[in-house]
Amino acid sequence: MKIVFTAKGKDWHSEMDPRFGRTEFLLVYDEEKDELTTYDNSDANRQAHGVGPITAQKLFDLEPDVLITGNGPGGNAARILQKGDFEIYTGAMNMTVKEAYDKFKNDELSKF
Amino acid sequence: MKISIASGKGGTGKTTLSTNLSALIAEKNNDIVLTDLDVEEPNSGLFIRGELTHSQDMYKMIPEWDKDKCVLCRNCQNVCKFNAVIMMIDEVIVFDKLCHSCYACSELCPQNALPMQPQKMGELKRFKYKNLHFVEGKLDIGQEQAVPLIAQTLDYVDNNFPENHLKIYDAPPGTSCPVIEATKDSDLIILVTEPTPFGLHDLKLSVDTMRKLEKDFVVVINRHGIGNANVKDYCKKENIPVLARIPNSKKAAQAYSHGNLLYKVIPEIKTAIEKVADYIGTEMEKR
Repeated sequence: MKIVFTAKGKDWHSEMDPRFGRTEFLLVYDEEKDELTTYDNSDANRQAHGVGPITAQKLFDLEPDVLITGNGPGGNAARILQKGDFEIYTGAMNMTVKEAYDKFKNDELSKF
Repeated sequence: MKISIASGKGGTGKTTLSTNLSALIAEKNNDIVLTDLDVEEPNSGLFIRGELTHSQDMYKMIPEWDKDKCVLCRNCQNVCKFNAVIMMIDEVIVFDKLCHSCYACSELCPQNALPMQPQKMGELKRFKYKNLHFVEGKLDIGQEQAVPLIAQTLDYVDNNFPENHLKIYDAPPGTSCPVIEATKDSDLIILVTEPTPFGLHDLKLSVDTMRKLEKDFVVVINRHGIGNANVKDYCKKENIPVLARIPNSKKAAQAYSHGNLLYKVIPEIKTAIEKVADYIGTEMEKR
């Protein structure tokens, strides 16, 4: 299973980024390969409007099975994300990526 | 002559000055057009009671995706500077709230698959009370962009009133795009502020904006008597004329809350508004 996190840093100990559209990084964890890869999304913050759909588009290219984020996507991004066949879990804020992963595994996050 | 009444901070008295000044000038047998350009929450109309003489729906142009013509080349998304058009898998999604009606996606679509269609964004109303003509632009609930309606309201005023009528524009607060639109064609900008640290902070932002736009501007201090002298000192240091000081008074707040014009009930405020009217009179003679 491929799981994507919105994060402020590049590793398991990084803090989760509660924002979807303007998240600094997208972290992809491939469970089968036990491999964590990083995608820089910081250019999103240089744009004034409409960042959500653009980040959503990037997410599609990563072909995830699950997205784990904090506040949850805004309305524009949600319109794009609903076209995907992955699951979205929210409520993973004020914690590290590792903690978010553990909470997901323990079924402690809310499904969007 | 066109005069915009603006401020950085909200609630400093733009509408108070706009309505009182316009009514006072009209009282002296001068034709005047007051236009409320604070289209997100116009409130000049609370103080100007006239006869409704005209009303129209206002539209902006938004691209509409034609599925049958589209070949999914993504050109529309690539040319859109506002991320308002997104090509996703087998579909082009238009985010109409993000669209700035620039036509780029529509004009540059090789398939003509994004024709522009009108979308209602608000209303324009026109009232008349003796010599006072009042025009109000009002954005529909849910619409996020003020600029297109401000631009069209300005066009309406340009096309429907003689050039020699004095025009007063009640601008939105702040220093962003709506304010630029509401001030860019004006000959003079009156910045209303209050003598408080917050008022001064946002006055400085407005002054920077007007200098960048190379506009003539003057200051009116509202609620004079509260706060401190820092606004006065700042204007002196920067050589910005302070046209008038509208005194702070509980009676003014009471009259305002009843939708009454202040100069009619408070002589000190009438004196202050008259100073502004006199300045405008002198400026008009110069032009």
